Amino acid sequence: MLAEKYADRIQKIFAKYPDRRSGIMDLLYLAQEEYGWLTEQALEEVAALCDVDPTQAHSIAGFYTMYSEKPKGKYWLQVCTDLPCALRGADDFYAALCEFLGVEDGGTTEDGLFTVEQVMCLAACDKAPMLQCNFHYHENLDMEKMKAQIEQWRAEAAQPEQPEDERP
Amino acid sequence: MAHILLRDLDIPDIWQFDTYVANGGYEGLKQAIGNHTPAEVIQIVLDANLRGRGGAGFPTGRKWSFIPQNEAVKYVVVNADESEPGTFKDRQLLEKNPHQVIEGAMIAAYAIQATAVYIYCRGEFWDLAHALEERIEEARQANLVGENVLGSGWNCPMFVHLGAGAYICGEESALLNSLQGLLGQPRVRPPFPAQKGGGLYYEPTVVNNVETLANVPWILVNGADAFKQIGTSESPGPKIFCMSGHIARPGNYELPLGITFRELIFEHAGGIPNGKQLKGILPSGASGPVLRATDEVLDSPLTYESVAKLGSTLGSASFILMDEDTDMVWAAAKMAHFFKHESCGKCTPCREGTYWLERIYERMMRGEGTEHDLHLLNSVPRQMVGVVLCALGDFAANPVLSTLKNFPDEYERYIRQRPVREQTADTLQDYARKEAGEHPAAVGEGGL
Repeated sequence: MLAEKYADRIQKIFAKYPDRRSGIMDLLYLAQEEYGWLTEQALEEVAALCDVDPTQAHSIAGFYTMYSEKPKGKYWLQVCTDLPCALRGADDFYAALCEFLGVEDGGTTEDGLFTVEQVMCLAACDKAPMLQCNFHYHENLDMEKMKAQIEQWRAEAAQPEQPEDERP
Repeated sequence: MAHILLRDLDIPDIWQFDTYVANGGYEGLKQAIGNHTPAEVIQIVLDANLRGRGGAGFPTGRKWSFIPQNEAVKYVVVNADESEPGTFKDRQLLEKNPHQVIEGAMIAAYAIQATAVYIYCRGEFWDLAHALEERIEEARQANLVGENVLGSGWNCPMFVHLGAGAYICGEESALLNSLQGLLGQPRVRPPFPAQKGGGLYYEPTVVNNVETLANVPWILVNGADAFKQIGTSESPGPKIFCMSGHIARPGNYELPLGITFRELIFEHAGGIPNGKQLKGILPSGASGPVLRATDEVLDSPLTYESVAKLGSTLGSASFILMDEDTDMVWAAAKMAHFFKHESCGKCTPCREGTYWLERIYERMMRGEGTEHDLHLLNSVPRQMVGVVLCALGDFAANPVLSTLKNFPDEYERYIRQRPVREQTADTLQDYARKEAGEHPAAVGEGGL
């Protein structure tokens, strides 16, 4: 249960706001960190903490692109293919990335390591092509750099005792 | 000249508290609190004629002056939900010169006697937002934020709120809803955020863009007259121009308002790569009308007024440049997709309009566009403008109407690719499906 396990962090979140409801976004991140994605139980726990109906927690979770109500790969790659990035080759980069990983647009690799998605502008247009992996930016990419990075992630994932998951 | 905003270009570690202070940091806040009443601070910013840098260009001092004095609870909210395609200036400020934004926000807070400041960062600024919390803590330990600020008896804590990926939350009333844990959808106005009932937790609230606030400390230290020496009389001060797309040196450029398109694009940002000609310019990201790069446009000054005269907007000054090989219908399709994805769904004309625009463009991209689609592209956006709660509906119309107006030949090419006979056959088939009582969504495939 989030409430017991993260009492201090939850207390800190609520301390920022005069209304508990404002804590819902931070708590959804916390729940996602704990469960990997926003499961039914996660949403119910968050709703109870914020004193709202679970339906409202669902609606917030569905409204934003950084919450997921489905399991994702260990490395959740969100590639910006908006106009400024596309003018610098992001569409081709994205297609090559999908092909390299052997997945369709929005798909997850069979080993469960990588999910690839297209996202809207990430405010890094001058450093395109770029992506965020579990919320951290990787910029000025090409497939050569990407392949090296993917190898690094694969090696990292193969370690039995993982130092730290990149998921925040 | 030394930078006023992008000071990290002159002093790389200005993000550190000690470095910032050693270079005159927090002097503006000290002068505001030590030498001026809140009303005087508002007057100084009014005199400087600082205009909002988030896109609307509204005079900042006026915004502050709308806040009623006799309310117990008031807020300053910093809009750091930078999400407009082509815009990445606030990110550099918050990453590389964060204390200046914190200082500017505290001066704004002092001017309206705010009881708290919230910095709303887009969720994707995850790393940045967590670093920013550390910077705020440094300022708090130096008594520049928090309780009894600089011994004045005024209390004003500052918090970071993380969004989670929604363009609409850059719209101020949607941002306030999002901060309150409600869906990030715009509110009906009035009441406006500055009024009781319209702001954060329905208390009077000033919402300012990051770059706007970054100007404020300099104005307090150097005075309104010095600020007006930079730029033009109607659009004074420095501005950050974000350069992306087909440009030799992409990135942020801090320059006085009033320089020309040509100077910005060719002298500062290095021109168009690979020896190509410049064809299209989006001066305010995806949301402003696209301009054809004519000599008239290139020789125009970059001020809020003159860009409006050209039929576009300076907005947040996010320049997306497109060379001669760019397919402008494809570019419009990209933007239509963006606005369809980002429409919050609250107002029917925007929700449905962006949906249909995306469908039409998808059809065009597949080579299945018809004459009738051209008619729809002219008609649908006009039914979205001005009839929705926020500007997103208007923004979504801009790329469509402006590419149709400035690049009609490119649309014609898309339509002409297809024999008229095929187009007619499609239309007949649609009518047949309609007659058969099929769902209109299915009918939409070929032309409505």
